[in-house]
Amino acid sequence: MRRYSAFAVAREAARYHEGWARAWRSPEPKQKYDVIIVGAGGHGLATAFYLGKNFGITNVTILEKGWLGGGNTGRNTTIIRSNYLQDPSAAIYEKSRSLYETMSQDLNYNVMYSPRGVLMLAQTEHEVRGYKRTAHANALQGVETAFVSPERVKELVPIISLEGPRYPVLGGLWQARAGTGRHDAVAWGYARACSDMGMDIIQQCEVTGIRKDGGKVVGVDTTKGAIDCDKLGVVVAGHSGVLAEKAGFRLPIESVALQALVSEPIKPCMDIVVMANTVHGYMSQSDKGEMVIGGGADGYNNYTQRGSFHHIEETVRALVETFPMISRLKMLRQWGGIVDMTGDRSPILSKTPVENVFFNCGWGTGGFKATPGSGWGFAELVAKGHSPLCEAFGLNRFREGRFVDESVAAGVAH
Amino acid sequence: MLILECPCCGVKGEETEFHGGGEAHIKRFGPGSSEEEFHDYLFAKENPRGVHFERWRHVNGCGKWFHVARCTQTLEVFGSYSAQTTEPPQEIRDKITAKRPGWRWREFA
Repeated sequence: MRRYSAFAVAREAARYHEGWARAWRSPEPKQKYDVIIVGAGGHGLATAFYLGKNFGITNVTILEKGWLGGGNTGRNTTIIRSNYLQDPSAAIYEKSRSLYETMSQDLNYNVMYSPRGVLMLAQTEHEVRGYKRTAHANALQGVETAFVSPERVKELVPIISLEGPRYPVLGGLWQARAGTGRHDAVAWGYARACSDMGMDIIQQCEVTGIRKDGGKVVGVDTTKGAIDCDKLGVVVAGHSGVLAEKAGFRLPIESVALQALVSEPIKPCMDIVVMANTVHGYMSQSDKGEMVIGGGADGYNNYTQRGSFHHIEETVRALVETFPMISRLKMLRQWGGIVDMTGDRSPILSKTPVENVFFNCGWGTGGFKATPGSGWGFAELVAKGHSPLCEAFGLNRFREGRFVDESVAAGVAH
Repeated sequence: MLILECPCCGVKGEETEFHGGGEAHIKRFGPGSSEEEFHDYLFAKENPRGVHFERWRHVNGCGKWFHVARCTQTLEVFGSYSAQTTEPPQEIRDKITAKRPGWRWREFA
């Protein structure tokens, strides 16, 4: 792999940019791999990357039904934060956030991590109490957050209206080291690093069946033929239920569409991420100037990748109340992704009833921020069979009633 | 946009008139059942990409619960029927078979 650097840019500038190589190879699948990862999104590629980097397992292939990073990796609102209430959540999301800080250097790929700060507005007395509690919990967990006053909120976000007609701003949970990243670059950077370690990334290769021998996985059937493996890691977000059915078990997951939208680009007006959970909308401004807006998930199972119109209406209405100056903005694009929701709104990183099959799913509406931490923990789980980061997120927690109950902690999808 | 017809009052409306209630025809397992049965009853979901049977409530209308057979991939509605039943009526199953030959959903079809 040729390193990207200022020198490389200068060198290529001098020769009509003809020397840039493809960032990753696109080989034909081999007959057998040590580990097959299904799903070349951020989490799948991160898993493969840390399998190679931390455990020296490089005989790995990553199979992708569509194109690399074309699922939820390319459909989220790029927010990175770790202000969670429960200890296991805070641990994995904080690991993730800290890995983002050095990711551009680690991967030699600019992922445009921007620690601009994330502010979660408290707009009811209940939320004030909840966020104060979260700030105290974060202090014990070693996650730097603070509960801030309405005056400080106004300083951080001058365009905000504190005296909203329905929900005045009573304060906010501020995480200064949180921020945003370039979601596609995260997938591309991991893909380039994986390919460089000798891993095969195979796109447009759908897994059609999972082959077992005596309760143990031996390989997968794909649209490019059968491939054997010792271990199988399934990291397919919204479609986890479909893959679990092929493996012969059911998951405590329901898939729904979550949508986002962006406005026309405008001059810089907001340099942090603001989330308003009571009214269910969140917004940040991209480097191009577009306001990136996310809202609520659909209320019924579906795989349509578009979402219901009334959710956009509700989200935009709430944001216009909070930020009156955006009322004349035109929206450019809207899209949806399929998110896999568990009952306690926490992910599943787990062994399964089929030996050597591991599932990484259930990230629901908050998977992007967890990409490196999820890959880090899941790689350890696949390589060693156990991982401290993943321990609380096993499938058995549903049977044993040990929920990591972020749905209660956050009050909304998160 | 999802358009449903309430079989209780016969009104056709778009989705904001209704509220989704999740998977239908779940058999309750309570005291005396095995842990496996209780776990599956509470948590294991069909969550198919395709034909799905689910519960809906006509919240901004007659307020009654009913069942809907729907495709989760296309939002096509195969039909709605009374909630006073433990399995989908044959007529609805036939309609689905005509449009989605070879469909499967638990033990129905």
